[in-house]
Amino acid sequence: MAVKQSTVVKVAPWALTVALFLVWEAVCTGLKIPDYLMPAPSAIWVAGLEYAGPIMMHALQTLWTTLAGFAIAVVVGMLLGLAVGASPLVYQACYPLLVGFNSIPKVAFVPVLVVWFGIGTIPAILTAFLISFFPVVVNVATGLATLEPELEDVLRSLGARRWQILYKVGIPRSLPFFFASLKVAITLAFVGSVISETVASNLGIGYLMMSASSSMNMPLVFAGLIVIGVMGVVMYELFALAEKRLTGWAHRNPNAPG
Amino acid sequence: MSFVTFENVSLAYAPGGANAIEDVSLNIREGEFVAVVGPSGCGKSTLMKLVSGLKPPSNGYVFVDGREVGGPLKIVGMAFQAANLLPWRSTLDNVMLPLEIVEPFRSNLKKEKARYTADAEALLARVGLAGYGDKFPWELSGGMQQRASICRALIHQPRLLMLDEPFGALDAFTREELWCMLRDLWQEKPFTVILVTHDLREAVFLADTVYVMSKRPGRILVRKEIDLPRPRPLDVTYTDTFAAYVHELREHIGRIRES
Repeated sequence: MAVKQSTVVKVAPWALTVALFLVWEAVCTGLKIPDYLMPAPSAIWVAGLEYAGPIMMHALQTLWTTLAGFAIAVVVGMLLGLAVGASPLVYQACYPLLVGFNSIPKVAFVPVLVVWFGIGTIPAILTAFLISFFPVVVNVATGLATLEPELEDVLRSLGARRWQILYKVGIPRSLPFFFASLKVAITLAFVGSVISETVASNLGIGYLMMSASSSMNMPLVFAGLIVIGVMGVVMYELFALAEKRLTGWAHRNPNAPG
Repeated sequence: MSFVTFENVSLAYAPGGANAIEDVSLNIREGEFVAVVGPSGCGKSTLMKLVSGLKPPSNGYVFVDGREVGGPLKIVGMAFQAANLLPWRSTLDNVMLPLEIVEPFRSNLKKEKARYTADAEALLARVGLAGYGDKFPWELSGGMQQRASICRALIHQPRLLMLDEPFGALDAFTREELWCMLRDLWQEKPFTVILVTHDLREAVFLADTVYVMSKRPGRILVRKEIDLPRPRPLDVTYTDTFAAYVHELREHIGRIRES
């Protein structure tokens, strides 16, 4: 075999995706499953082309509400994570509340947001925020809280103040945790905004899917699902790339940039 | 005039709880090399926390440089069994970390960057790490990381160096190499050293004075001056006098373990 190991690794995800779609297509046509139950990829593709304009418009809406909610989640999550991780008191005080809040299904919270802000963009942004800030808080806090006590002693014995320890060691050390959480948070943010759109909006992919399914247009519903999936993968990869760039040291690859 | 003084010092981590160390009194001259040995869990590390001001004593007084210790001192350098280098900084930047915190280096850092960098590189060269400044800690071997860690403890020219089992995790040959490195650094420009160790040969080879501590609660049982001429070559560890010192200390430790 003349194929290099690295090429195989690069091609593998694409090959698996293509294979999945081929099997899907074969099952649908082979068993003659009607489109209104389970559309074949070819039918989804046709629907995607037919409705390209509206899909694009709704996808952009979903993308921006997701990113807006995610951005708020990052800022709030980071600040809260720093507070929780740096101070045992804040940690003790906040943790039960945070965990309790995170256990509430966010879809149950959307109606409340609708009462407060009306239907549309704002509940979508807020749901995306509410669902995605938790992993950021937990990871940043973990990164800070697991600082080696000896390292802290070294710095304290030099007369370092708390903020100096935080700035010199705590924050850089929690960066890999932070970036790992961004990858999780961005995919959760999509979940949040789409949930909100399906319940209370007349814009966005979630809304598009709801209205398509009420008219039994299953190919369009699936086209919507795939668009969300693709946006999720693209954003995930963007953050994975940023993570590699900025915290290469944490991956212990001798060739990685520092 | 002693540099570090303990007067009947006790420390309990929990108020009213069991003492980690009890009624410890000792005097350390400026420039003296002191080793503290004892069975594990005897409060050797507690001693270091008291000297550096990271913990206040429950009873008694700790004086450093004629003043009672009332908080973290700034004239101290520390190194531990784990090198604890920061993996996102190059070795050189790790060594220079104290300069970003301790005055007056901190204020002069921008102006004097070139000179400080040269100093750090010279120190790295002294411990056999010339040319490794750009490497990241995880690219270094365990012994090299420990050398860098000791450089970090010394870069701000502390008057007091505290070492908590710094060579404990290294293999025997690397350990002996690092003994010689530490001996040379100290011989060149003596500073006060408190070395906590459970290696008796290490203690006898490096120290002027060895203290033996008892089991918890830790007390000072024996103070032994090591009267071997300096500079000490590594071969001294094979002499009868050396063996006699180690043997004597070993007997004390054995008696503690039996009790």
